[in-house]
Amino acid sequence: MADVRAAVTRAHHEEWARIVATLTRRCGDLDLAEEAAAEASATAVERWPAEGVPPNPGAWLTTTAHRKAIDRIRRENKRDGKHQEAQTLWDDPAVPAEPPGAIEDDRLRLLFTCCHPALAMPARVALTLRMVGGLTVPEIARAFLVTETTLGQRITRAKAKIKAARIPYRIPAAEDLPARVTGVLAVLYLVFNEGYLATGPGTDPVRRDLTAEAIRLTRLIRTLLPEDGEAAGLLALMLLAEARRTTRVSASGELVTLDEQDRGSWDTTLIAEGHRLVRERLTAAAAGIAPGRYQILAAINAVHTSARDARDTDWAQILALYDQLLPLDPSPVVALNRAIAVAELDGPEVALASVDRLADRLAGYHAYHATRADLLRRLGRSQESRAAYDRAIDLAGNTAEIAYLTRRRDQLG
Amino acid sequence: MRYLVSVIDDKSNPGSTDRQPAINAFNERLIAEGYWVFAGGLAGTDAATVIDNRGEQAMVTDGPFVESKEYLAGIWVWEVPDLDVALTLAAEASKACDRKIEVRPFS
Repeated sequence: MADVRAAVTRAHHEEWARIVATLTRRCGDLDLAEEAAAEASATAVERWPAEGVPPNPGAWLTTTAHRKAIDRIRRENKRDGKHQEAQTLWDDPAVPAEPPGAIEDDRLRLLFTCCHPALAMPARVALTLRMVGGLTVPEIARAFLVTETTLGQRITRAKAKIKAARIPYRIPAAEDLPARVTGVLAVLYLVFNEGYLATGPGTDPVRRDLTAEAIRLTRLIRTLLPEDGEAAGLLALMLLAEARRTTRVSASGELVTLDEQDRGSWDTTLIAEGHRLVRERLTAAAAGIAPGRYQILAAINAVHTSARDARDTDWAQILALYDQLLPLDPSPVVALNRAIAVAELDGPEVALASVDRLADRLAGYHAYHATRADLLRRLGRSQESRAAYDRAIDLAGNTAEIAYLTRRRDQLG
Repeated sequence: MRYLVSVIDDKSNPGSTDRQPAINAFNERLIAEGYWVFAGGLAGTDAATVIDNRGEQAMVTDGPFVESKEYLAGIWVWEVPDLDVALTLAAEASKACDRKIEVRPFS
C-alpha cells in the first residue's frame, strides 16, 4: 500500500510538468491541461491500489491525462458545437511520439510562461509550483502561509491574465532570453530560500518540500539550458546549502550556525556535485566568461564546504568573492555578509564599523541586528549586544533562529 | 491580438515636451512593421466632460471621471501577435515619448 502511494507520488512528480506542458501546447489552454493532469493523478490514486501499479506508470498517467482532456473538450464542445480541438487531440496516438527535444521545449515554455514578468512575483511563484512543480493548492498555501482561497485566487487570476493578455506559450526570443532566464531563476531562488529558512511561526524551520522542489526545478532548467552559467551556479548554490540541511537545526529546534555545525554529517554526495558545478563555472570564468551572482554565491559556499573544520575556512578567499559580488549585486545584504568575512580577517571592530554604515538601509532586517549583536558580544560590549539581540529576536520570523538568538542573548554576562 | 497602449503622464513630474520627432519616427516604424492601428495624443484632462444618462436626464459634469495626479495623455492601438511583442514595443514607446506606458488587451 505504501509502495503504491510512493509509485503514484513518483510518477506524479516525474510526469506532471511534461503532461501539463504538452497538453497546454496541444490545446492552448493552461486550465484544461492542469485539470486533466490533476484528474489523471486522482485516477491513479483511486485505481492503482486495486489494479496494481502499471508497468510504465509515467506513460499510464500521460495517456490518462490526454483522455481526460479529450473528454473535457468533448463535453464542452457539446455545449458550443465546436469539434476542432478534440479532433486535434484524438488524431494523435494515445502516448504521443514526440520528436526528441520537443518535450523539453514544452516544459521550458511552461516555465517561461509561469515566470512571465507581466505577472506579479507571488503569482509567478504560485503558478510555477502548481503548473511545473505539480504541488497542490493546499500545499502551496501552507508553504507561503496564505489561505487556500487566497492562493487559489492568485493562481486563477494569473491564468486569466495569461489568457486575456495573451502571454505567449513559447521560449523567448534570443535577445530576451538572458533576462527571462534570470526571471525564472529568481522565482526558483525565492522558493528555495523560503524552504531554507522558513518565515512562519507555524511551520518547520526548514521546509524540505520547498528546497527539494526548488532543486528539482533548477535541475530541470539546468538540463534544458546546459550552457547557462547562472542556472549551473544556482543549482550549485542550492546543493551546497541543502548538503548542510540536517545539521542546521539542533535536536532542540535551535538554529546551528555554520561554525558550529557537525561537518561530518554534511551530505558528501551533494557537496561533490555542487563542487563539480562550481569547478565547471571556474573553468568558464578562466576562459573569460564573467560569472554572475549565483555563481559567485555558489563559490562562496564551496569555500565554506571545503573546510573540514570551521577554523580552516579560507576567509581571504571568501572576502575576495564578496568583493567580486558587490558590483554585481550592490545590496546592503551582500555588504552585511561581506562584513562577517571582514570580522574573521580584521577583527570585530573593523567589521562593526562597516556594519554600522548599513544602519539606514537594514534597520528592519533581523540579520543586521543579529550580526551587530555578535560583533558587540565579541568586543565585550554586552549591554549594546543585548539590545541588538532583542531587536533581532523581534524581527526574526524563523522559529529556530529565534531560539538560537534567545540563547545567545541569555548567555551574555 | 489588439492592445490598447496608454501613455501615462504625471502632473507633478511631467515627461519632456520635445518628444514629437521621436514619436513620429516610432510611429513610422509601427506602420512599416504592420503593428499600427491607431494613435492619438489627448488634450489635457481639463478639457474632459463626463456625461451620465443612466437616470432621468443626462448629467453633464466638467472635468475627467477621476481626478488623479497621473492621467491618460495619449493612446495607441496596436495589432501584434502576443504580449511579448507588445511589451517590447511598449518599452521603445516609453523611451520615445518619455512617459510610462500601460499595455492592456482588448477582450
